[in-house]
Amino acid sequence: MSQDFRLNNIGMVNRNKKISFTFNGKKYFGYEGDTIASALIANGVHLVGRSFKYHRPRGFFGVGVDEPYAILQLERNNERDPNIRATEQEIFEGLEVKSVNCWPSVNFDIGAINNFLKMFFPAGFYYKTFMWPPSFWYKIYEPFIRMAAGFGEASIKHDKERYEHKYEYCDVLITGSGPSGLASAYAAAKNGARVILAEDKPRYGGSLLTSDVNIGNQTGAEWSEKIITELKSMSNVIVKNRSQVFGYYDHNMLVMSERISDHLPKTQKYLPKQRLWYIRAKEVLISSGSIERPLVFGNNDTPGVMLSSAAKEYMKVYGVLVGKKPLIFTNNDSGYETAVEFKKNGVNPLILDTRKEPSSDIISEAKNLGIEIKFSHVVVAAKGYKKVKSADIAKISDNKKDLSNIENIECDCICVSGFWTPSIHLASQSGNKSEFNEKIDAFIPKKSKQKENTIGSANGKFTLEETINEAFDKGYEVSNKITENNNKVSIPTVVEKKSTEHDKFWCVPLPKGKSYKRFLDFQNDVAVSDIELALREGFRSIEHVKRYTTLGMATDQGKTSNLNGLQLVSDIENKVVPQVGHTTFRPPYTPVSIGAIVGREVGKHSKPTRKSPMHEWHKKNNAVFVDAGVWLRPRYYKQGNETLFEASKREAKNVRKNVGVCDVTTLGKIDVKGPDAAEFLNRVYTNAWLKLPVGKARYGVMLREDGIVMDDGTTTRISENHYHMTTTTAQAANVLSHLEYYLQLVWPELNVNVVSTTEQWAGAAIAGPNSRELLTKLFPNTDVSNEGLPFMGYKEGDLFGIPAKIYRISFSGELAYEVNVESNYGNFMWEKIIEVGKEFQIQPYGTEALSTLRIEMGHVAGSELDGRTIPHDASLEGLVSKKKDFIGKRSLSRSAFIKPDREKIVGVVPLDKTTSIPEGSYIVKDPKAKLPNPKLGHVSASCWSVEYDNPFSLAIIKDGKNMIGQKLFAMSPLKNKTIPVEIVSSHYVDPEGKRVRA
Amino acid sequence: MLYIFCPHCGSRSQNEFAYGGDATVKRPELNKEISDQEWNNFVYLRKSPRGKHLELWHHISGCRQWIKVERDTSTHEIFKTYKADELTE
Ligand SMILES: [Zn+2]
Repeated sequence: MSQDFRLNNIGMVNRNKKISFTFNGKKYFGYEGDTIASALIANGVHLVGRSFKYHRPRGFFGVGVDEPYAILQLERNNERDPNIRATEQEIFEGLEVKSVNCWPSVNFDIGAINNFLKMFFPAGFYYKTFMWPPSFWYKIYEPFIRMAAGFGEASIKHDKERYEHKYEYCDVLITGSGPSGLASAYAAAKNGARVILAEDKPRYGGSLLTSDVNIGNQTGAEWSEKIITELKSMSNVIVKNRSQVFGYYDHNMLVMSERISDHLPKTQKYLPKQRLWYIRAKEVLISSGSIERPLVFGNNDTPGVMLSSAAKEYMKVYGVLVGKKPLIFTNNDSGYETAVEFKKNGVNPLILDTRKEPSSDIISEAKNLGIEIKFSHVVVAAKGYKKVKSADIAKISDNKKDLSNIENIECDCICVSGFWTPSIHLASQSGNKSEFNEKIDAFIPKKSKQKENTIGSANGKFTLEETINEAFDKGYEVSNKITENNNKVSIPTVVEKKSTEHDKFWCVPLPKGKSYKRFLDFQNDVAVSDIELALREGFRSIEHVKRYTTLGMATDQGKTSNLNGLQLVSDIENKVVPQVGHTTFRPPYTPVSIGAIVGREVGKHSKPTRKSPMHEWHKKNNAVFVDAGVWLRPRYYKQGNETLFEASKREAKNVRKNVGVCDVTTLGKIDVKGPDAAEFLNRVYTNAWLKLPVGKARYGVMLREDGIVMDDGTTTRISENHYHMTTTTAQAANVLSHLEYYLQLVWPELNVNVVSTTEQWAGAAIAGPNSRELLTKLFPNTDVSNEGLPFMGYKEGDLFGIPAKIYRISFSGELAYEVNVESNYGNFMWEKIIEVGKEFQIQPYGTEALSTLRIEMGHVAGSELDGRTIPHDASLEGLVSKKKDFIGKRSLSRSAFIKPDREKIVGVVPLDKTTSIPEGSYIVKDPKAKLPNPKLGHVSASCWSVEYDNPFSLAIIKDGKNMIGQKLFAMSPLKNKTIPVEIVSSHYVDPEGKRVRA
Repeated sequence: MLYIFCPHCGSRSQNEFAYGGDATVKRPELNKEISDQEWNNFVYLRKSPRGKHLELWHHISGCRQWIKVERDTSTHEIFKTYKADELTE
């Protein structure tokens, strides 16, 4: 297919490399360096989508990030990437894109009927049309809105692409590589500063690529090429293209999204798709340039109406003509540059200038080139549905209120220029309150809140000379604050055409009897009439008008629409724009992929995975793992076709009958050392610690200041000033912070140090009646008899040459020991235990059996100590000292905690001895009581008691002590179960605790 | 993201720290008779001032020291940071 709109001798795309791609299933070709937009325009395609509300035909309006129309959906390898701006996405071989927001096709769109039902879609239509009756919402309104709305479909599949994060520090971050960005980066870099220069587009240079200027005897494009080449060669400079700084956060933290392989075919296996940079900059120079403002007239959303600067860039950068019969509609000199460019490429434009008799260099040049110019003229309305075919133009009176001599002119595109709007978004995000500049009819940044300066046209400097001078100065000034090198480079001379003042005109009045839609917000279909309506309905604050009409709320964030919206509101309100103010700019400046924000922290990588040194053994022995915080722990060891239930029962039974071994490496371990360690523990735990002898362990409970149990565990006195504290797996990190808090801030006079040793020790719990015999064989040189190592005793031992620590403590309620060795010996220890334990019928057991064992013993764990229980509730009041003070003690005497019917832990057994009680069930007196049924408490943990071979649960219920023996009901509305139960003691097995002391 | 100066380590990003609340709260002394009201104030009641605020941060992924940070709660400006045992102005 021939490219009818491609120019031959102009542009920066690589003519030697043809690239084919498909758009809506049809094959097109372009050149390397083309965007989807430039390649489609080269092929004469201007209809690419449908608008949001009225489904009006949509073409291309801009040439970059400001694009409100050409939002496409990219598809490759069955993956979808919605919300792609055709003006930014570069083409690559095999690229597939399609239109969005149109059904069944872009050419025939059923939703366009909305265009004829406009009366139903005025401002605030969401709040009006779709409100009543409420029953219609789910069935009719919502499905309708969902089908008709939206910019593409998100894929529901897992995103296989890779996104990375990077942290970077620099002296000066410069956002944009136009003239001000290049000049300031050069000045700062030459002064020794570490510089990052970020450019959103693939090519560096910004407006220098398209403007007819001269810097230091070179063309703008040549000069930018020279500067960027030198910057790239400097070791103190990072230069990044395809990189958008989209967010300015606190303390000069900026976030930049780098598109690494979005423009490449999916063949680079190890290249990430995008990289998110978190940049902490000492100084920021915002050189994000400015965006051309549209002019508002009838049907100004018709495909073929576009910004004049975009038309120029399509010619100069891509070698593409947006039309062959262009109409230039301008209120300033910029439109003339586009007209001159058309003329130079053999196309005859017609200029309509709203000004009466302006004169300047570029106007003279246009006249000399023989370009036809009509002063005091405007476009009244564009004609044509899917593409501009002609325009109604008119002469406008000096007061800009009356139209005359309306005539129809044939044209195939209308290039508009309503002057320039500085991109102050980043400055605004940084906290900089902007001010309205009357001269340019736009806001510019005011006083910096953070270390930032806005330069160039983003700061309202619209001549190249001002821009270059300011940028060289600022680049030197901010870098010198940091480097103090005093190395100032000389500023090159600038040659440019002098321009004259723009016309403060932006909206063409409607001719008598016509009601053309004049659009302000092109993506959200907000027209002049919508704003007028909102104001008639009483909306005054610009923030309210924005939300009611959705002006500036689309994915382009109103980059082209905001100012015209403000102008309209201020005109109607008879105010000046600064009184109206502008809405707040918030990050991101441009849409950012969720994938980029998430980075590598997906799936298993969303948190670290911690494994015990015995992990490989567990794997080899068919362990089924469970996440315990960030740890992976064996839940059970599967034999044959066993279920979880069968396996855990077998493992738990074997502990009660023979001996089992459980990996307890994950328990938190903290070394507490120092002469005041005992005193410290005495303040941290609820029970007494001052008299614990060396070589003994004690169970302790610690509270928060509000009296709630924070954690429990055993702590052992290893030597005079050295204690080994254990915490639950889940609370290990919190307990360490808690201890550090009290040592550093509350009682700094205590001479104590704490440090986590969790990862230094591998632990194995050996539990069951055969455990002592097994230990005797493991430690033949150590006396582990009941006298030599009594319950809650501690000893060091020698495990086949490896130093080990033996604690006689028990969670299972059986005779049990915990053996710790240095982590590196963990697997050795484990294999020895299994090997030697064979003759005692040892079996490893997982967390499920561990739970069963502790539940039927009535030992509390995380499901009871759930951040709501005080010691009494968990039957731990015996451990609360009456004599001494400790953290949280004062709270325990608060009225709610001492009322007689306070909750208490109990055991629950189903009357039929077969129905398991779902965890979380309510305990109630009357299952048929009116809802909400007053509950006595809840079931915290359930198991199948291997001792009695029936279900058993723990529950925390009101006045639990006096409930024992009562017949109540466990209700689970979630599982729709009501189970008659009997309340029993929570100590279901061995209530006297004989076994652990045996 | 804040950039917090740790008196032990230097300036570090906020994600190395955990927030620790109001640094002006003083825990009542141990073994001291204290009314329900006073205790309640200590455990639960915190001011939430707009403007200058002395607060605790724990350099949890760094030196593990608790530090005091004087920060403006509306602008996030940090005026000064102190070691745990340093007297504040
Ligand atoms: Zn630190």
